[in-house]
Amino acid sequence: MSLVRTVSRALKCRVIGAAGVAVFALFGCRNLSAPKSVEVPRKPVPTKTVDLATAGSISGRVTLAGKPPELHAIDMSAEPACAKEYSTPVIAPTVVADANGNVANAVVYIKSGVSDYAFRAPSEAAKLLQKGCMYEPHVTALMVGQNLDVANDDQTTHNVFMMSQNNRPSNRSSLPGSEPVVESLVAPELAIPMKCNVHPWMKGYVFLFDHPYFAVTHRDGKFELTGLPPGTYTLVAWQELYGTMEQTVTVAPQGAVSADFVFKAQ
Amino acid sequence: MSSSSAVQRGGTKPVPVAAHRFAIATAAWIVLLIIAGALVTSNDAGLAVPDWPLSYGSWMPPMVGGIFYEHGHRMIATVAGLLTIILAVWLQLREPRAWVRKLGWAALGLVILQGVFGGITVLMRLPPPVSTTHATLAELYFVTILSIALVTSRWWQRDLPLLEDASSPKLRTLAILTSAAVFLQLILGAAFRHGAFNLMPHEIGAVVVLVLSIVTGRAVRKRFGSVSDLRRWGVMLSAIVGTQFLLGLAALWAVSQAQHAVQPTVTYISLTVIHVLVGALTLATSWMLTLSCFRLIRPAGAEAVKSNSAAARTESSRA
Repeated sequence: MSLVRTVSRALKCRVIGAAGVAVFALFGCRNLSAPKSVEVPRKPVPTKTVDLATAGSISGRVTLAGKPPELHAIDMSAEPACAKEYSTPVIAPTVVADANGNVANAVVYIKSGVSDYAFRAPSEAAKLLQKGCMYEPHVTALMVGQNLDVANDDQTTHNVFMMSQNNRPSNRSSLPGSEPVVESLVAPELAIPMKCNVHPWMKGYVFLFDHPYFAVTHRDGKFELTGLPPGTYTLVAWQELYGTMEQTVTVAPQGAVSADFVFKAQ
Repeated sequence: MSSSSAVQRGGTKPVPVAAHRFAIATAAWIVLLIIAGALVTSNDAGLAVPDWPLSYGSWMPPMVGGIFYEHGHRMIATVAGLLTIILAVWLQLREPRAWVRKLGWAALGLVILQGVFGGITVLMRLPPPVSTTHATLAELYFVTILSIALVTSRWWQRDLPLLEDASSPKLRTLAILTSAAVFLQLILGAAFRHGAFNLMPHEIGAVVVLVLSIVTGRAVRKRFGSVSDLRRWGVMLSAIVGTQFLLGLAALWAVSQAQHAVQPTVTYISLTVIHVLVGALTLATSWMLTLSCFRLIRPAGAEAVKSNSAAARTESSRA
C-alpha cells in the first residue's frame, strides 16, 4: 500500500519537522518582535556622592522645527466604556507640540559623566494611570529601585505589557477596581515600550535610570536637571517619533547651563 | 495501492457516510478557527489575555476589545478539540482501516499539541518561534482532518481503476512537491507575521509556489484533462494560487500603510486575515490534489492500464 507508506512517511516527516520547530521554539525563546530599547552599559559600583554645595544645573527647552505630522484620531468604538469619556476625537500622543513648537513627552537625560556617583532612588513609587483607555503620562521616567505603580481608573479590563529587554518582560492583568500593578524594574533601560493588547491604541514608554538627572517635558517643552556635580556631560533628548539628539554640556561649580534641543519635522 | 483494500477489510462494512460528513463539518469548523486565529494576530490581541488556560482567572472574561478576539479564539479552539475527540473515537469504533483510525488519533494529538503551544506562546509573551510553531501546527491539523474527510468518503472507498502516468516527472511527484512548497510557504509567512523572519524568504517562496502550481496544473490538464476527479483539483489549485499571490501583494501594501498607524486598521485586518485564510485553503487544495493523485494514479513500475478506458470507468464509477 504505497499510498499508506507515502502518507505515513509524509506525516512522519511533517510531525518530525514540527517537533524540530517545537524544540527550537522552546530553546529559542527570544522575543524578536519586541521593539529594541536603547541599552545603557553596565558600570562598576559607584562610591562618590554629589556635593550639593558645588552642584549646578542644566535647563532648556525641546522644540520642533517644521510642521508636525498629521496624526489620525483613535477609533475607540471597540470600547464604549472609554469612548464615552471623550467629547472630541482623541489623537495619539506620538508628537505633542503646541503652536510655538514646544514639544511635550520628550525625555532629556544625562547619558554619561555621572557613573562614579552613587544615588538613592526615591522611596515613593512612580505612578502611571490607565484612564480613558490611555496612559497618563504617555512617557514615564523613574530610577532603578523605584517601583512603578500602574493603576486602572477605567471601568474596563486592561493588560499591562512591558516589553523590557534589560529587565524581565511582563504581561499582567489589570482589572477595573483592582490594586495597581506594581512593576519592580532593576536595570537601567531606555524607552521600554508599554502597551495594552485589549486596546491596541494604548501605548506608552518607560525610562529607567540609575541616576536622578532626567526630565520629561510638559506642554511648554521645558526641562531642568538640578544637583549636577561640576563636569562635562553628554546630554540627550529623546522623542518618540524623531529619535534622539545629543550635545556635550559643561557645568561649572554652582553653574547654570542652558541647552536647547530642536527636532526637525520629517 | 489496490483499490479493493480500501473498501473491505475482513468483511466489515465501509465507514458510514455520517463519519465522513462529521469530518467535513470539523474541517469547516477549523476554517473558522484559522480565521479567528488570524484575527487575533491582526488585531494585536495575542496578549490581551495574560493568563492561560483561564482568561483573567475565569472561563468567561468580559469580551471587550482584544479579549473578544483572544478568548473567542480559545473558545472556538475548544470546540474544535471536542469535535476531534468525537471524530477520533468514532473512527476507532467504526473505521475498519487501521491507518485511518491512527489518522484520527494523530489529529487529536495535533490539536492537543496546538492548544499547548497556544498556551505556551501566551505565557512566554509570544516568542516568535513558538508563535510560528502554533501557526504551523494549525495547518498540519487542518490537512489531517481534511485527509480523514477524503479517505472516509464514498468516492475514496469505491473500486476505482488506477491510471497510468507515463510522463516525467510524475504527477504524483509534482503534487507532493507543490504541497510541500505550499506548506513551507505557510511556515515562512507565519514566521514573518510573528517576527521570526523578514519578508524576503516568504516572497521567494511565493514565486516557487506559483511556478510549481502552474507546472502541476498544466500537467493535470495535459495528462488527465478528462479525469474530472483530478481536473477539478488542478483547476482549483491554479485559481487559488493566483488569487493568493494577488492577495499577498494586497496584504503587503496594507502592512506598509499600517506601519505608522496608531491601531490596526480595518483594511490591514481584512487583507491580512483573508491572506491567511486563502493560504490555508491553498494548502488544502494542493493536498486534496495530492491525495487524489495517489488514489487514482498507479505508482511507477506497477502494471499499466490504458488511460482512455480507465478515464471512462472513473467517470462512470462516480455515477
